[in-house]
Amino acid sequence: MATEVEEAVREGGTEEAGARSRVGCALVTGASRGIGAAIAAELAAAGWPVAVNYRADREGAEGIVAGLESEGARALAIQADVSEAETAERLLGTAEDELGPVMVLVNNAGVTADGLSMRLRDEDWDRVLETNLSAAFRLTRRALRPMMKARFGRVINVSSVVGLRANAGQANYAAAKAGLIAFTRTVAVEVARRGVTVNAVAPGFIETELTAGIEGPIVEAIPARRPGTPREVAACVGFLASDAASYVTGTTLTVDGGMTA
Amino acid sequence: MPETKGATKEQIEERVIEALVEFGEERDGLKGSSKFADLDVDSLDLVELAQIIEDEYGIEVQDTDLDKIETIDDVTALVSQRLA
Repeated sequence: MATEVEEAVREGGTEEAGARSRVGCALVTGASRGIGAAIAAELAAAGWPVAVNYRADREGAEGIVAGLESEGARALAIQADVSEAETAERLLGTAEDELGPVMVLVNNAGVTADGLSMRLRDEDWDRVLETNLSAAFRLTRRALRPMMKARFGRVINVSSVVGLRANAGQANYAAAKAGLIAFTRTVAVEVARRGVTVNAVAPGFIETELTAGIEGPIVEAIPARRPGTPREVAACVGFLASDAASYVTGTTLTVDGGMTA
Repeated sequence: MPETKGATKEQIEERVIEALVEFGEERDGLKGSSKFADLDVDSLDLVELAQIIEDEYGIEVQDTDLDKIETIDDVTALVSQRLA
């Protein structure tokens, strides 16, 4: 009987207890705080070296990296604004040079610019679509190439329940998040034969800076009667990134305390 | 890095066949005149084949090039022509 350690070594070596060391790395966009930071921690705990992308919050991202490193994980903070067209090449290229090919891509970076449709400015629409949807497309397109070659890959798009049901004041965000779900499905069927899975998670009301100050009646409307935590979303992303989810593709996992049930 | 500047037609053909085998084709019977339409080669395979060619031979393959490709010989001809 082989010991657990021997089995882990056969699978590619072992570092910390139970953590399987991986070929390649995971890249999480918008990972300096909130849900993205929790996802970075989850993937690091699963043995992935993690590229922690941030746009402006350098201190936050470096804090996350330091925390992951103190637990024995490899991590790297990479500044990049995903809404810029050139970012995909630079971001993936840097992650590849430093940590190895990106085998797990988590498109998490997102912005909001809320307002009733009648009052939404073109720039509010464009900025939200660009960051939340077009950036995910460009990063995925760039990431698929090495994944196809490796016959393995995980793309996980962080959508939202707002992409599944109405939320007044967020027409731009809703369109982007619903677009992300349709994008997920379509890409999933295109690459399924190459061992690459593409899935989405749709968080409901999660306690982060993005939702700070929203409380009261909204929480009453959640069957679970409480907001979710970033860790609860990260756990679902961790599952979709894992070998256990190898036959799950094209789906959207809602993480919403029953909101859309 | 493209290191195959002087690749012969035979070498290119062999690389294409190797790629098709990776995609799940049976090696037996694959030859220059084999038509993709008669094989189990679909659009995803062609896109990946184009990427392999781009990466390994350092040339660019456009979608319009792919549209014209019907056989292994067509691919070999395209690559040798671009490398010349």
